Amino acid sequence: MDIEVLEGIFDANEKIARENEALFRERGVMAMNLMASPGAGKTSLIAATLQLLKEKLEVGVIEGDIASSVDAEKLKAYDIPVVQINTGGACHLDAIMIQQALAHMDLAAIDLLIIENVGNLVCPAEFKLGEALRAMILSVAEGHDKPLKYPLMFSDSDVLVVNKTDLIGLGDFDMAELREVVTRMNPDIVIFEVSCRTGEGLGAWADWLEQRVRDFKES
Amino acid sequence: MHELGVTESIASICLRHAQSNRARRVLKVNVKLGELTGIVDHYVAFYWDMVTKDTIAQGAELNFTKVPVVSHCPDCDEDFTVVEYDLTCPRCGRADTELVSGREFLVESIEIE
Repeated sequence: MDIEVLEGIFDANEKIARENEALFRERGVMAMNLMASPGAGKTSLIAATLQLLKEKLEVGVIEGDIASSVDAEKLKAYDIPVVQINTGGACHLDAIMIQQALAHMDLAAIDLLIIENVGNLVCPAEFKLGEALRAMILSVAEGHDKPLKYPLMFSDSDVLVVNKTDLIGLGDFDMAELREVVTRMNPDIVIFEVSCRTGEGLGAWADWLEQRVRDFKES
Repeated sequence: MHELGVTESIASICLRHAQSNRARRVLKVNVKLGELTGIVDHYVAFYWDMVTKDTIAQGAELNFTKVPVVSHCPDCDEDFTVVEYDLTCPRCGRADTELVSGREFLVESIEIE
């Protein structure tokens, strides 16, 4: 006997993601899911963003790592709410982990919640967390050919931050080629070029992000 | 990379529907898999036997239907198969076309006895 099922394999996660999304909306928190490979500069970009936005917005951070609280420790200096999630081996964050982490956070005191996903260019893209903004970083050191090798994250992100622009010229990274390929896969994506080391380009990124938070809160 | 978790989800969906239909055994599971998802069917199949061991789905055939990445151009009013994730319309060159398929990942049906 054939039984029609038609049930999405990510449905259980997506149901919880919708609950998180509703909670963020109710409390006026814009959540950003920040995804990238290990070493692309997720924690550096968060630190730089905190530096630029700390007088303008209340920011909270959820740090996702397979193990350790190294990244959460780095952000302690900013005196903001930080919750560390250790996935215990899982290669991505999922909506349930976020739901559990939110129990340790005072959402009423936050405008922007930055969720640093596990360093991985593949799996995090499959799991919605309830975020309003999907952001990813690609660093110059990784090469401009990554979009075609890891298409889902590039296809699905709202914004791409290209980090480590101070390394351009040391290898064969081609920014024009990267922009062309990514835009063909995802015409609506917004691209920023930054260097967290020199600070170049970070102002434009922070201004844009601040505006997104304000638009979210007004909508 | 997370194919084990995904395989567990497939098994749990399949067993829930099998039980609510009072199945004695699951013979076959039909899964629809869009080519834009990062899921590798080969690895799911690899975990399937392990995940379903000692359940009524043990030994069930896992069948994948691959769904190609297809986009729709509103200007040409035509669908086209996406090559190398390039969503540009091959006829008119419009960049922002509308993805029609390729993101599917669902248990379509099960065959039970």
